[in-house]
Amino acid sequence: MSAVEQPTMSRRGWLLSERPASRWQASLGRAYATWRRFLANRLGVFGLFIIIVLLSIAAFADQLATYSPVAGDLKNARLLPPSAQHWLGTDDLGRDIYSRIIYGSRLTLVVVMLVAVIAAPVGLLVGTVAGYAGGWTDSVLMRVTDIFLAFPKLILALSFVAALGPGIENAVLAIAITAWPPYARIARAETLTVRSSDYIKVVQQMGASPFRIVLRHIMPMCNSSLIVRVTLDMAGIILTAAGLGFVGLGAQPPLPEWGAMIASGRRFILDQWWVAAMPGMAILIVSLGFNLLGEGLRDALDPRSSDQ
Amino acid sequence: MEPHRLSVAEAQAEAGGSNAAAHFAFVARFLVIAIMTYLGLLAVTFFIGRVIPIDPVLAVLGDRAPASVVERTRREMGLDLPLIQQFYIYIKGVLSGDFGRSVLTTNTVMDDIRRVFPATIELATFGTLIGSVVGIPLGVLAAVKRGSLFDQIVRVIGLIGYSMPIFWLGLLSLVLFYAKLQWAAFPGRLDVAYEYSFTPITGFLLLDSAIQGQWDVFKDVLRHILLPASLLGYFSLAYISSLTRSFILNELSQEYVVAARAKGLSETRIIWGHALRNAAVPLVTVIALSYAGLLEGSVLTEMVFSWPGIGLYVTNSLQNADMNAVLGGTVVIGSVFIAINLFADLLYRLLDPRTKAQ
Repeated sequence: MSAVEQPTMSRRGWLLSERPASRWQASLGRAYATWRRFLANRLGVFGLFIIIVLLSIAAFADQLATYSPVAGDLKNARLLPPSAQHWLGTDDLGRDIYSRIIYGSRLTLVVVMLVAVIAAPVGLLVGTVAGYAGGWTDSVLMRVTDIFLAFPKLILALSFVAALGPGIENAVLAIAITAWPPYARIARAETLTVRSSDYIKVVQQMGASPFRIVLRHIMPMCNSSLIVRVTLDMAGIILTAAGLGFVGLGAQPPLPEWGAMIASGRRFILDQWWVAAMPGMAILIVSLGFNLLGEGLRDALDPRSSDQ
Repeated sequence: MEPHRLSVAEAQAEAGGSNAAAHFAFVARFLVIAIMTYLGLLAVTFFIGRVIPIDPVLAVLGDRAPASVVERTRREMGLDLPLIQQFYIYIKGVLSGDFGRSVLTTNTVMDDIRRVFPATIELATFGTLIGSVVGIPLGVLAAVKRGSLFDQIVRVIGLIGYSMPIFWLGLLSLVLFYAKLQWAAFPGRLDVAYEYSFTPITGFLLLDSAIQGQWDVFKDVLRHILLPASLLGYFSLAYISSLTRSFILNELSQEYVVAARAKGLSETRIIWGHALRNAAVPLVTVIALSYAGLLEGSVLTEMVFSWPGIGLYVTNSLQNADMNAVLGGTVVIGSVFIAINLFADLLYRLLDPRTKAQ
């Protein structure tokens, strides 16, 4: 053993200790064990890599882009094929497709995160309250959830946005409204498994209010399955958002939203295929990344549900 | 996607055990759930149509109409009534097939939908057929050769299917199969040459041309439908193959497989004769659900392939702010979607002998 490796070995030992000395050490150790399980899944790591690249691209879009995403050179640069100047070609308004895709990553991330931030807490709240309260509260909430679950998502999102008016905010709202039911189901199932466990009884006898029990002691137990499900849903959210953009109901011009970019390239698809092909490639890579990451997380956080 | 599963056993327990009572309770619960789901769908479309627009009268008349006309129209549209009464009138209209008139086509929305719906059904049926015929064997083989290269490839095919925008793949396949290879026909359902000479009977063109023995038309229809249907088929294949794999894996770990092996049955018979047969019930449910998914997914596909179905009708109306047509289309697609979901659930209960036991 070299002197350099010594501290890392002991740090690992400390993390994986059977007898953690503090709550902090225990939770860090658990996270570390999960991380190790996750790293064993190469496809999952690849997915994480894609998402990290996506996040960096969105963060450093100003540095990475070579042209403006909205202003084009109508005179000299219309519908140019991929070349050294324009790596992925240009569109019908002379805008650099590479730069537009780079900036479009921000829109994709905004949509995905907003939907997750709206839909996941709603589902969590409905599910935990239904599961903990039981009785007719449970019946009513779950019946409503089932009704929403049985709806066709894309077509409802389409007509929602048609009524609300096109735009990225309304697209987010429409997708979120159709996205929460599965989360409610998962949260309820998790709640039912912990509801009658001893630690909940102890907290109840200590006089904690139902509000506090649900918020502090039940919701945290739902987090890992919820995170897995949300990650796996990200791809679907991206595809729905792109579909709305393609129909013309999502982000409005000149925003470089990937679905809308495909729509604008549709007219030239037979001769200038790159205008529509490139943004679609970006969508495919990012959704694939979220799917792989989600499956990796599922196997690491919840080994029971993996289909081995 | 997955509806609430209610079991006969559950209903039986509630009904106190007797068989007839159990079945009655089961049917009653099923009906209540079906009615509530449909009421929910109508409530949402009502909400979208009547509540979200700030002023529906304005949407109809424009902002230049004189006040007296606005007032009259408001009364004619029933907008001065309480909301619950408006909802009641709306439901009554929908139940009698009245979705109002399409501004775009000037026909009643119901007539329009009746005209375009067969095209969508034909496309989705063909797509599901392709998805099942290819997807089930792929899933079975992937399960049998679990962990092999073949298994990995099937998994990647499925993953890419889940991750790809369908309209994008449609555009690219048009470039390849129509423009470059010229295997597929120009987007649409039928060549212009046949458009006026051929009279459909049922609206399902493959069927119609076959009945009339017009094989040149049949060939032309096939050339048109093959590409969009394969595309939809690919998406249902992604779903069907991965679920088939997990069903078969589950069956192969059962004891009857060990017994069959001990008896000396060939692997082929064990897998295709026994395991697949036992997985048939959940598979039927999966196929039904993916069919419902394709009906909905055809919205974007139809747009790409100019397929004159309900999806193209809805997107065209969307882009022209023709809300009656949009909502009518939504109600029809949603109703069929829900019906298939409920039907799949019911089928599962009826076909699986274990749910009838006791």
